[in-house]
Amino acid sequence: MSDPMRIRAQAQGGGAVVRVLMSHEMETGQRKDAAGKTIPAWHITEVSAALNGKTVLTAQWGTAIAKNPFTEFVVKGAKAGDKITVSWVDNRGDKRSDEAVIA
Amino acid sequence: MQNRREMLTRSAAVAALLAGAGVLPARAQAAYNKAAFEAKSIDDVVKALGIARPVESKDIVFTAPDIAENGAVVPIAASTALPGVKRIAFLVEKNPTTLAGVFDFSDAVETSVKTRIKMGQSSNVLAVAILGDGKVLYAQRDVKVTLGGCGG
Repeated sequence: MSDPMRIRAQAQGGGAVVRVLMSHEMETGQRKDAAGKTIPAWHITEVSAALNGKTVLTAQWGTAIAKNPFTEFVVKGAKAGDKITVSWVDNRGDKRSDEAVIA
Repeated sequence: MQNRREMLTRSAAVAALLAGAGVLPARAQAAYNKAAFEAKSIDDVVKALGIARPVESKDIVFTAPDIAENGAVVPIAASTALPGVKRIAFLVEKNPTTLAGVFDFSDAVETSVKTRIKMGQSSNVLAVAILGDGKVLYAQRDVKVTLGGCGG
């Protein structure tokens, strides 16, 4: 299991700004190791974010999302105390889910 | 013995838990579009996503640096006030694979997203917005990647 995500969710003007920093190698499959062998691609493929258990945003990612991906979005009508859950799945089938409470 | 009502409440609670943990994918179009992510040109991505030809639009607000000192971390942001935008896709014209990511918005989020992408070399970067009525709009920025890190 990978390192936890860092999620910060702040209530702001009738919504909440959610910032997520994930911990993932996001290997492109383009690089070669010292022996000249291609390092296989290893990246997050699907991300979903939920507000109090209801999915509000999903994303599909390719290899061109930067290492340790960051993403920011705004959830409408969310208020302090609501729960934000962010989950991802990578192309090896590894998955992780973390949650934060809107401050 | 559990009665039926208890059972129902309990299974609803379990379902809610699973959904919260992202175990139950609560979305229809979620199948990972591998073909789109392997496409090597904008045309191929458009084809693989099954969308109309994108039309340039000023209503898509797309922010990207003019010069990126480090191609491994290029911060980009796209937003729009247009109603009915369901997805925003980021495309990097000269990357080995063109499509960087696709974000699907529900009605509960604003159509605005920020992320960081990787760029192999200086290139046009496109933010493509797909509307519910099938219209496809885009905004583009030319991002110069300086490898030496001298910021020139």
